[in-house]
Amino acid sequence: MILVLVEQDGGQPSRSSLEAVTAARRLAVAAGVPLEAVLFGAGASGAAAALGAYGVSSAHVVEHARLDAYAPAAWGRSVAELVKAGSPSIVVAVGSDRGQEVLAYAAAMLDAPMAANCVEVRPGELFEVVRQRWGGSLLEEARLDGPVRLLTIAEHATQLEEAAAPSVVAVAPFTPTLSDADLRVRVVARVAPEAGKVSLADARVVVGGGRGVGGSEAFGELEELAALLHGAVGVSRVVTSAGWRPHSQQVGQTGTRIAPDIYIACGISGAIQHIVGCKAAKAILVINTDREAPIMSRAAYAVIGDLHTVVPAISAEIRRRQAS
Amino acid sequence: MNVLVCVKRVPETGGRVTLTADARDIDTRYLGFTVSPHEECAAEEAVRLIEANGGSSTVLTLGPEAASDQLRAAMAIGIDRAILLETDGQDWDPVATAAAIVAAIQAEAAAGVSYDLLLFGNEAADSGDFQVGIRVALALGLPCISGVKSLEINDGVATARREAGGGWDVFEVPLPAVVAVREGINLPRYPSVPGRLRAKKKEIERIVPTAPAAGLTGPAKIRLRLPAETEGRVEVLGTGAEAAPAVVDVLVRIGILSA
Repeated sequence: MILVLVEQDGGQPSRSSLEAVTAARRLAVAAGVPLEAVLFGAGASGAAAALGAYGVSSAHVVEHARLDAYAPAAWGRSVAELVKAGSPSIVVAVGSDRGQEVLAYAAAMLDAPMAANCVEVRPGELFEVVRQRWGGSLLEEARLDGPVRLLTIAEHATQLEEAAAPSVVAVAPFTPTLSDADLRVRVVARVAPEAGKVSLADARVVVGGGRGVGGSEAFGELEELAALLHGAVGVSRVVTSAGWRPHSQQVGQTGTRIAPDIYIACGISGAIQHIVGCKAAKAILVINTDREAPIMSRAAYAVIGDLHTVVPAISAEIRRRQAS
Repeated sequence: MNVLVCVKRVPETGGRVTLTADARDIDTRYLGFTVSPHEECAAEEAVRLIEANGGSSTVLTLGPEAASDQLRAAMAIGIDRAILLETDGQDWDPVATAAAIVAAIQAEAAAGVSYDLLLFGNEAADSGDFQVGIRVALALGLPCISGVKSLEINDGVATARREAGGGWDVFEVPLPAVVAVREGINLPRYPSVPGRLRAKKKEIERIVPTAPAAGLTGPAKIRLRLPAETEGRVEVLGTGAEAAPAVVDVLVRIGILSA
């Protein structure tokens, strides 16, 4: 049996969890074993039923009187208990905040290893994985041993694919034995997102600024262009480290991963940590004085020149066409 | 209060990465080293907490002798003490790393030093294992909050926030606790010249950690490789302001602007 952790909200499995389910099903089909899921929270039964399309045969819906909010150690304990009860050969989650955290707890509780952000899994006599290092700019081939293998699947690395033959999911409640210690850390409050703001992660257009912008004041030019394109401003790590812009605007390994239709990268050289944050963009337009900047090799389009001249000219051209 | 911050020495990579001949590591012959970004912020957070609450801060790393540089960098911004768990420079997997840190903390406790707060980075920039802080917390019986971008300590209670779906999840635990932070929790200060000079003179306590027993404990690295890249040809739209109409044409063509 292979066990997959599925995150859900209001009865809908998260998209990235379905990536993990897709990856887990391929392993289950190859090994000829059933695929089971574990889910938490209100709406879990509804989300579980929807997993039949992805080949899940049975789902454990965790229910506990004291488990009313996200509690990482308690979720980890629940997964660890399901492992002891059902002896899966592999436990899979998506490499989201919660996926990494819950599997790390389960692995530690089971005294088993865990491999984070895998992009390929090769079960066999020597169980090998290919996993991301440096946020995905480097790959590591590694062996994973132990009575049970726990691994997370890197987000956005698997195309969603439904099962050839959908299954009917047998949904059953599961009540773990939780100690006080398992429940010490839990979400005590949630702060809702700011209304009406274009979020960097979801923006269709991102106008990015790097060292070449030169200072905090000069970002007005990028903001103007972003506003004209109904997009968001993103920045490189140099910019947030210098305090020119807040960290919430950082694109990269230690910031936000973006996936816009176009990323307009202004004065950005393209350190690998920045590239892993923007490589999901459908197209990159580089505005840079340096033809040899590393980011050029990722670009679909380029303008050679000073961003302080080029960016205002683009804004002016957009306005001119809108006025005519 | 007493704060311990655990950091990792990592290479300062730029635009391109090359591997060693055996493909086991990044070729660092022409690279500098730094503290992994999340942990640089963890060190800054430790200094701020001690400035606000009084007490003492200690920085710990598992790494080669050269990692003394990163310990001194932490002391240069105000960390009081440094402990080096000295290795021969080989990577330790996350299970072995956590075990060595736990042993060091237990040795400190036996010598009468206890910590109210253990700070980690959420994941190391290089290996990205996402688990060392959690393993240490479980082994020591402490609560752990991960992914933290805002931390307040009041009357022995830690209130921490992490980003969730554009908003925030708020966690609260009594100390002692483990907190794994993310870059953005603060803006680390630059070390002052007197700070650097002070750090240079400070002693680094060295411990040789017990090497992991034979056999695998965590993911065991076989080799590294660079991901396959489809390098397309870049279309140069022009030079300077004169390129603006061509840029707008592209924005129209891909459907961002209407014609």
